[in-house]
Amino acid sequence: MNRRINLIVDLTKMLLIILIACVLVFIIVFLTSQEPADAVYSFFVGPFTSLRRIGNIVEAATPLMFTALAVIIIFRAGQFSMISEGAFFIGILGAMIVAITGRMPPGIHPLAAIVFGGFCGAFVASVPAVLKMMWGVSELVTSIMLNYVVQFFTIYVVSYHYREITSSSLASLLFQETSAMPVIVEGTRVHLGVIVALVLCFLGFLFLQRTRLGFKLRVTGDNLHFAQYAGVGAAGVMVSAQVLAGAIAGIGGGAELLGMYTRFKWTSSPGYGWIGIVVALLARRNPLLVPLAAAFIGYLNVGADIMARSSDVSREVVLIIQGVMMLLIASEALLQHWRQKLIVKAAEKEAKEGNDDAPPELPDASIGGNDIPYTGVDTPTPNSPDQEGL
Amino acid sequence: MSGLVGYIFSSDFLYMWIRVATPLILPALGAVICNRSGVVHLGLEGIMLTAALFGVLGGALGGSLFWGIAAGILISLLLSVLFAYFHLSLRANNVLCGTAINTIAGGFTVFVLELITGEKGTSSSLRSFSFPNVNIPLVEDIPVLGDVLSGHNLLTYIAILMVFAVVFLLYKTPLGLRMRAVGENPNAASSVGVNVTKMRFTAVLISGVLIGLGGMYLSMGYLNMFTRDMTAGRGFIALAAAAMGQSTPVGAFLSAMVFAFFDGLSNILQLLRIPAEFVQMLPYIATIAGLTLYSIQRIYRFKRKNRLRVIEAEKSRQ
Repeated sequence: MNRRINLIVDLTKMLLIILIACVLVFIIVFLTSQEPADAVYSFFVGPFTSLRRIGNIVEAATPLMFTALAVIIIFRAGQFSMISEGAFFIGILGAMIVAITGRMPPGIHPLAAIVFGGFCGAFVASVPAVLKMMWGVSELVTSIMLNYVVQFFTIYVVSYHYREITSSSLASLLFQETSAMPVIVEGTRVHLGVIVALVLCFLGFLFLQRTRLGFKLRVTGDNLHFAQYAGVGAAGVMVSAQVLAGAIAGIGGGAELLGMYTRFKWTSSPGYGWIGIVVALLARRNPLLVPLAAAFIGYLNVGADIMARSSDVSREVVLIIQGVMMLLIASEALLQHWRQKLIVKAAEKEAKEGNDDAPPELPDASIGGNDIPYTGVDTPTPNSPDQEGL
Repeated sequence: MSGLVGYIFSSDFLYMWIRVATPLILPALGAVICNRSGVVHLGLEGIMLTAALFGVLGGALGGSLFWGIAAGILISLLLSVLFAYFHLSLRANNVLCGTAINTIAGGFTVFVLELITGEKGTSSSLRSFSFPNVNIPLVEDIPVLGDVLSGHNLLTYIAILMVFAVVFLLYKTPLGLRMRAVGENPNAASSVGVNVTKMRFTAVLISGVLIGLGGMYLSMGYLNMFTRDMTAGRGFIALAAAAMGQSTPVGAFLSAMVFAFFDGLSNILQLLRIPAEFVQMLPYIATIAGLTLYSIQRIYRFKRKNRLRVIEAEKSRQ
């Protein structure tokens, strides 16, 4: 019974949030644009007007699936590492080095490049994880700092070691032709990476729900004290979760690079790690829902791109919308009152009709929803050095 | 190399050190107030960025520095209210809430910038008003010290005054006492009739002003225009400084100075033809190293204290 109520409330909340996001687009566009109707049309309908544009949605969703999956694994372990951004970017760097310097046959070359990218991502993600395990350094701030380090390091390596001298803007040398990822849908740029992403999402689900480490990970994330008491080896679980997440994000970076580009062209970290958080929240931290959520955010991004090209509204609107969506999804108290009311009503009804010896279901509003563990506030544990806000 | 050491001890470097410390000190003080009241404020970065833009816009559109300050402070208060409302009233997790604010700020600033100037990168086409530089009367005549201490931006002096102001606020006023009580033990505070949510809301708003000033310094003092993503993680470094300073105003100030040293160092190293991208990593690596060292010494202090406690307990048992 409670399960159903939670589902209803959560679904309503999601729909409400998507509605609010769309209304926000309308408001911003109508306030700022000279031709608002065209802009709104190209935002909402534009992405579906041609096969190539539908392909764009899938292309935009692919990197987000990787980073969102990484974010989910980190968050489910109760950690707040923001490293998926840096892991993704260093994955791009790792794959680029192999793609430029490697001499391998076609099938193996991209595989080797992507695996190396994943390895780089795992290495970067292990830094905040190990610092936290050893000395209780807040993984939140170190991971964000590390994202900047990775960004500058990557740009440094590209511009001092792999730079195309003839190009006026920053671009790397051309990749070996053997390193390209095959395109899987004719007429678009949708590449094999999307299949890798889908498979990883499914494996991620199996990992969290069906394996021993996945179970330990969820227990650690849900209740650290219980996990420690039960002898789960929480510290090791936290580190392995972050390393695994880093590897996934790194693989994503490699796949994105080889599937979509023939040179490295970024001048700063692309931000997929941050948007991955929105996707992860939208998917309610369930890997199986990640493709759907990533497709939706991909759709918004493609819509914003088309609108920016065909009207006078800039594409940054989409960042505002994603931020607002993140705020709303994270708000646990949103609709909580209604959920509570439904549960109490159901319990009362059950108590009235039901046989007297069966106790009524306890109204438990804490099940479901986005019950991400809280950091910082309300955990007054001055005696333990590893549990403070920072 | 010896040239580098010589440069570090020159008055130019010391002057620059103070200059780059200002945008860390102000938000770090804001973070201290929030931490003390029990809110880890992760929206710092975004609020700084937005205030930096609105300071420039307000000045350019209003035609004077006053309007710049007013617009900058107003927008930081608005964003602080947004953060506080979602975090405290709608119980959104502070990390997610802060990340959301930063995401919104990243998009909103570029959106507004393009709307008004037609450019996405900088506000260089706008006529901007900066905070004036101030020469301190007697100090400026002292040979070396005068070069280091005098002639800074008005906000730099305000930042240093704010250290004392925050000490006064937290330790000498009833409001500060209540804030600290709410942070230390919310249940105890609320049992004696202190409204926890209201207190934390107030703390977030007060810190919003400090954070906003820090952001405005970037676009109206350090540079005299807004550039896209110009905060470059300074909000997070300030947060780290507040944590390393154990959430005391003076501690946060000193930690901010330490981080600013590496920021300044990276500025010089770029002059020495070391690759800029390589040197730019320095402040961030220094922050990671600083937090790590701080955590290590905290653990050892904790262990030593515990060992003493165990020894005492055994003594009393015998």
